[in-house]
Amino acid sequence: MERAIRPKGKLVIQIEGVTKEYKMGDEIVKALRGVSLSIYRNEYVAIMGPSGSGKSTMMNLLGCLDTPTAGKYEFNGKNVAAMEDDELAAIRNKEIGFVFQTFNLLPRSDALANVELPLVYAGVSGEERRNRALAALESVGLGSRVHHKPNELSGGQRQRVAIARALVNNPSIILADEPTGNLDTKTSIDIMNVFEDLYNKGNTIIVVTHEEDIARHARRVVRLRDGLIESDKTISEEYLMQA
Amino acid sequence: MKEIKILFYEFNESVKIAFDQIRANKMRSILTALGVIIGILAVTLMGTAINGIDKGFDNSLSMIGYDVLYVQKWPWANVDDWWNYRNRRRIKTDYAEQLNKMIEAAPNTELITAVPQGVNIKSVKYEDNQVKGVFLLGTTDEYPIISTVDLKEGRFFSTIESRTGRPVCVIGYDIADALFPNGSAVDKVVQIGGVQCRVIGVLAKQGKFLGLFSFDSQAIIPLELLQKHFGETNNDRVVVKIKDKTRTLEAKDELTGLMRRVRGLLPDQKDDFSINEQQAFKSTLDPIKSGIALAGLFITGLSLFVGAIGIMNITFVSVKERTKEIGTRKALGARRRTILMQFLIEAVSICLVGGIVGLLLAWGMSMAIGAAASSFPVSFSFDLVIVGMAASILTGIFSGFAPAFSASKLDPVVALRYE
Repeated sequence: MERAIRPKGKLVIQIEGVTKEYKMGDEIVKALRGVSLSIYRNEYVAIMGPSGSGKSTMMNLLGCLDTPTAGKYEFNGKNVAAMEDDELAAIRNKEIGFVFQTFNLLPRSDALANVELPLVYAGVSGEERRNRALAALESVGLGSRVHHKPNELSGGQRQRVAIARALVNNPSIILADEPTGNLDTKTSIDIMNVFEDLYNKGNTIIVVTHEEDIARHARRVVRLRDGLIESDKTISEEYLMQA
Repeated sequence: MKEIKILFYEFNESVKIAFDQIRANKMRSILTALGVIIGILAVTLMGTAINGIDKGFDNSLSMIGYDVLYVQKWPWANVDDWWNYRNRRRIKTDYAEQLNKMIEAAPNTELITAVPQGVNIKSVKYEDNQVKGVFLLGTTDEYPIISTVDLKEGRFFSTIESRTGRPVCVIGYDIADALFPNGSAVDKVVQIGGVQCRVIGVLAKQGKFLGLFSFDSQAIIPLELLQKHFGETNNDRVVVKIKDKTRTLEAKDELTGLMRRVRGLLPDQKDDFSINEQQAFKSTLDPIKSGIALAGLFITGLSLFVGAIGIMNITFVSVKERTKEIGTRKALGARRRTILMQFLIEAVSICLVGGIVGLLLAWGMSMAIGAAASSFPVSFSFDLVIVGMAASILTGIFSGFAPAFSASKLDPVVALRYE
């Protein structure tokens, strides 16, 4: 597979010949069958594929939630494949900002406390924590709702809180898993605009999705099928050329 | 340094979450805490009872006197070879005089004075009232030196009354109460074992000794009088007051030496008398006391254990319910330790709240029991609060550990997918 786009910045993610196998009862399921992928700083990548393509597994590996069965995975030059649980936790805390389909906010904590959480785990002191969380909420347009609890916010606002939480520790990548899956079309566009904004500010964004409309916002589209990369194209190759 | 800071922030966060959780699940938390409340209540009440028994023992021992030695035929401790003691010569009350002469002559003595005590059991009668089985003590006017007893009214007998064996007596509180329910006993004439004696003093109430023998039902008459009418007994003794109760051993050695001289024993002959002190009682009683304490704490501890199982159960439920939250936290960088601590603190918090409520209840109840039945031995102390709190925290750690550990081991991928 030829890599389609020209590297712009530093190499953040480097995956080579990664496989992932699960045991389901007696059967061994091969979710990934040898995948290689490099992602550079300030890329905006959509990872696509039908269910069963290995998309979720890919996202778990990229997010350091899981380690590959075989193959090489380097994150900012660090060998993630061989890391222990707590080392992975530290990588997730510092390098990766997660945005989930179901927002995954803590229901009894207000927006500010939710955004502060990664900083708590990073050992940032109370005042700095607060200031940074406020700034992150401000940057997603929620400066006036910092003391609202998740159930007092709309779906779009909740996802903005989650994005602020993903941003707050200045991660190397923002990893969004179906970020608009639970939102209506209008709100989805709002949220994708937030990502666009973050991308323009220099962030590296990886969106895992099965919706073409969402993938269109990215600059590069990686398609998976049956545990292998089917295609890896720039957005213009992927969509504009078709048109 | 950084690690300690992180730990501190995580700890704060965990405490906050724990109380959020308790507030969010009020009913469940209250019911779970109830188990701990009952457990801590039971353990603490047992503690107050043990404390009370302890105090009762101490009171009783102090009645014997901490700074006196009893020269007697029999030792107070249990003996297996009783036949060796049976044939001992009696302790004669006039040893006291000989001992006092030797004490006076000794330059660096540990002893102050020896007081003879003749012992008998007799009835005390006044008009139609009678008290049977009275512990009758014949002694000298020096008795107040070796005794802890105070007089409620009247006086003790004088040197002359003592020497001449006048028919006077000092009676215990209970005897006075039984014979003279509506008035003073002083100056009344009672019959002690058929001998007429004028009551000159009444002893202050002392309470029972180990719940068996009461000093309140004793009568004291001059030794001369006792021996004139009732003679000597095997229970006659000499009580010696010592200078320093921290040097009991030295005093005992000295007294042993003096008694050997009094008895005229040769160096190769064994002591044919016993020198007793409250310590001997203490060493017999201590195993009984700790036996009661152990059994009591074990049984009440079981109820705390049941409470702990309740906490364990609810923490497992809590972990299950919040699997997705655990996944989220892990995704955001929570380490195993963080999750473990979070759930441990949650369990400990419930236990601690339960423990505080339990302690308050126990305090209230021991107050109530103390007010309602003053003779019942309960005693609430600050130590109990410490023990109670420590027990609650340990219960929390014990019951929270297994669920918290299982939470900390959750695979973030699995946890995030959990619905």
